[in-house]
Amino acid sequence: MNDPSTSPKTPCSGNCACSGNSAPPPADEPTGISRRTVVKALGATLGVAAYAKALAPLTELTKETSMDEFIQKHYKELSKEEMAAVIQRLTQEAKDHYGADVTISDPQPVDGVKFGYALNLSICNGCRKCAEACHLENNHDRPSHQSYIRVFEMSKGSMDFEKGNAHYDHPVPQPDKYYMPVQCQQCEHPPCVDVCPVEATWKEKDGVVVVDYNWCIGCRYCEAACPYHARRFNWTKPQIPAEEINPNQSYLSNRIRPQGVMEKCTFCLHRTREGRLPACLEACPTGARVFGNLNDPNSEIRWVLENKRVFVLKEELGLKPQFFYFFDE
Amino acid sequence: MSLYLKKHPWLAWLTLVVLVTGFSMAIVWAQKTITPNAPAPVTKMKPAATHPVIIKPGPATPRLDTGLKDKAGNAVTVACSTCHSTTTPNVLRNTAEDLFQAHRGLQYQHGALTCLSCHNASNYDTLHLADGRSVAFPDVMTLCSQCHGTARRDYDHGSHGGMNGHWDLTKGGRIRNNCINCHDPHHPKFPLVQPVLPPRDRISVPKAEGSH
Ligand code: SF4
Ligand code: SF4
Repeated sequence: MNDPSTSPKTPCSGNCACSGNSAPPPADEPTGISRRTVVKALGATLGVAAYAKALAPLTELTKETSMDEFIQKHYKELSKEEMAAVIQRLTQEAKDHYGADVTISDPQPVDGVKFGYALNLSICNGCRKCAEACHLENNHDRPSHQSYIRVFEMSKGSMDFEKGNAHYDHPVPQPDKYYMPVQCQQCEHPPCVDVCPVEATWKEKDGVVVVDYNWCIGCRYCEAACPYHARRFNWTKPQIPAEEINPNQSYLSNRIRPQGVMEKCTFCLHRTREGRLPACLEACPTGARVFGNLNDPNSEIRWVLENKRVFVLKEELGLKPQFFYFFDE
Repeated sequence: MSLYLKKHPWLAWLTLVVLVTGFSMAIVWAQKTITPNAPAPVTKMKPAATHPVIIKPGPATPRLDTGLKDKAGNAVTVACSTCHSTTTPNVLRNTAEDLFQAHRGLQYQHGALTCLSCHNASNYDTLHLADGRSVAFPDVMTLCSQCHGTARRDYDHGSHGGMNGHWDLTKGGRIRNNCINCHDPHHPKFPLVQPVLPPRDRISVPKAEGSH
C-alpha cells in the first residue's frame, strides 16, 4: 500500500532520550579529554542528530513536495497572486511527475446557481459507464479503478444500498435487480465537513462540497463520517499514463491529487461552473441522469422534483442530500 | 319585426355592422387584458436562452444493403421503394421469418405492432402515423410519441434521453439523442450489456453470511 520511497526511513524511533543522559559512565581521573568535554561532544552529536531528525520531514519533502507546497496557505486565504503561483507550481508538477501539459483553473460558484442532480432508477441499467466516465474525467488512479461513483446492484423491493452489491460482474440488467449509482450527495448539512479537524473541506455557495487537497492531512475522519461512502482516499500516488491525463483541470476538482489525501465527487465543478453537464451524465447511455440549477424554476431538475416520485437516500439522517432518486410511474 | 325590416332593409345591415364591430372590439380588448399577464413573468425569470438545443434528427431514409460490393469496394444499397414499388404488401406476413426475400433474420420484438403499423405501404421511403399521415424517417420521434406519450413528456422536460453539452443554455448549446439513437425500433428494449470498470476497492465488498 505505502510507497516505500515516501515512508520515513530514519531508524531513530523518535522516542529515544536524546538529552545526553544515556552517556557512558565517565572516567574517574582526568585524562587528555575531560568528562565534561565527552558529555558536551556527545550531547552535541545527539543534538545534531535530533535536529536532523526534526528536519527530516522537510528534507524528505524535496523528493515529492516542495517547500512552497509545505508552506502553502489554505485555499480561502490565498490571494489572487498566490493562487496564480500555486497553479503554476501544480502545472509544473504535472509536467515533472506525469509528463503532461495541463491547464488548471479555479472557477468560482456562479451567483444564483445551486446544483442538483437526479437519477432515474427505472431506467438505469447498471452499465457503470458513469463510473468509467468519472474515472477518466477526474484523473483517477488507473490500477485501483478509482471512481467517485459506485453502482449498487439491488434486489427489487429493497431500498437499502448497504445491502447492495457494487462488485457485480455479469451482464446487466438482471431481471430481478435494479441498479443504484451512489456518489457524493452534496449534503446540505455535510457531516464530512463537520468532522474535519483542519477545515480542509467545506461546502461552497453552489452546494458543492470540496476539498483543498493541499490542506488535507489525510486523517480520513470525513470518510468515516460520510454515510454514503462517497469519499475516497489516495493510498498511493495516482498512476495515470501521460496520454490519458485529462488536461482540463481545476484546483478544487480533478487536478491530480497527491498521495495521502482525501477526494470526492465535485459534480465536475470544472465543467458545471462553466455551464457544461457533468461527465457522468454525458456518458450515461440510458439518459438516467438529470442535472441542473435548483434555483431555476424552469430547469429540468425542478421539473423532476415537482413531477416525479422523488426520494433521497437515508433521509432519516436529516443531511438533506442535493442528489435525488426517482422512478417513472 | 320582419315586416318592419322588409320596409327598411338598411336597418338589418346596420345591425350587422354594429354587431361585427362590437365583437372585434371585444376580442381586441380581451387580448389586451390577457397578453400582458401570461408570458411576461416567464421572460423575466429566464434570461434569454442564447444557444440552441439540437435534437439529433432520426435516421436518414434507410437503404437496404444488398451484400454486394461495387468495383470500388463500396456496399451496394438500394432504396426501399426499389423492391416495394413492384411488390404488393401482404399484411399477413408479420415476422421476418414469414418473408421470402429481404429482411430475414431481423430481430423483431415490439409489442403487438406489425411491419405496416409504422412502415408506409403506399410509400416505403416514409413511415406513417396511426391516422394515415406519412412521416419522413428523420421525423421518427413524432411516430414513437403516438404510443409513448409519457416518455415523450419526460423527454420534453429533459428527464429522458441522453444528451451532451450545457445545462446552462446561456453558456452553450446542447445536443440530444432521438428515440432511435438509443432504442432499436424493431427491438426497443435495451439489450443486456457487460458492465465496465468493476470496482477494486475494499469497501462494499459483499459480506459473507455470518461475518460482519
Ligand atoms: S455525501 Fe458524504 S462526502 Fe458528500 S457531502 Fe454528504 S457526507 Fe460529505
Ligand atoms: S451510466 Fe447511466 S445507466 Fe449506466 S450505471 Fe450509470 S446511471 Fe446507470
